[in-house]
Amino acid sequence: MFRLISAAMAGAVFGIGLTVAQLTNPAKILSFLTLVEGWDGSLGLALAAAIAVTAIGYRLVWMRERPIFARAFPPPDSGEVNARLMLGAGLFGLGWGAVGLCPGPAIAALGFGGPELLGFVAAMFGGAAGYELLERGSLLTSAT
Amino acid sequence: MTEFTPMTALAGGALIGLAAVMLMGALGRIAGICGMFSGAIFAEHGDRLWRAAFLAGLIGGPLLYAVFAGRPDFEMTASWPAIVFGGAAIGFGARLAAGCTSGHGVCGVSRLSPRSFAALGVFLGVGMGVATLLRLAGAG
Repeated sequence: MFRLISAAMAGAVFGIGLTVAQLTNPAKILSFLTLVEGWDGSLGLALAAAIAVTAIGYRLVWMRERPIFARAFPPPDSGEVNARLMLGAGLFGLGWGAVGLCPGPAIAALGFGGPELLGFVAAMFGGAAGYELLERGSLLTSAT
Repeated sequence: MTEFTPMTALAGGALIGLAAVMLMGALGRIAGICGMFSGAIFAEHGDRLWRAAFLAGLIGGPLLYAVFAGRPDFEMTASWPAIVFGGAAIGFGARLAAGCTSGHGVCGVSRLSPRSFAALGVFLGVGMGVATLLRLAGAG
């Protein structure tokens, strides 16, 4: 129960942070990604602040032996930079630049976005589900 | 174009970081939204509930905020084909890369993961390239 409450609280703080930074607004994200006159660097500052707080905060909580409601902290990401990572990140960037939304802002805006947002989240889910199907059929394992 | 809002950007970003630290401290988990999103449905049984709880908070938090601060601006200009193909590319790409802007960009970079630095660089490079080209091509 405490696990669920703390997960929900973390989600709420995450969503409020996105809203305060106005990153639930696709126009705000596109103003950062579009490098023309009148460029709005706000998203870059929000990202930098998020990384700074996380980088320091992680090191503080890692001084504990284990998380409060779990057995262990995750091991470092030991994978390598490979074609799969680059291709996935490229596809992600393509959609991000075309629409001005990524998964966090899209879900955080669900309470007040319009039908276009619902369509976007459905398409995003379709893409993720397509990946799961391919992976379960192990069509992707040979590509790594 | 929107106005530069450095103070709210820094404050909001700090809250996002705080949320990532809360999730690490309480559950020992990375706050990656795309993994949360598909994991809430596709993950092993015992791993679904906390993800669903996080997502419920992610939707509910902004609504609570809107009660006090008014409805946030929301302006989405992309065409329907862009929304459908862009959404699918993001969903598929984030799973293939095993992370999105939150998982790689915020959490992974904070863990000094080389994969996450590479992923964030590609997100930004391709995202800026595509957005800028679309604007120059006359879409805006």
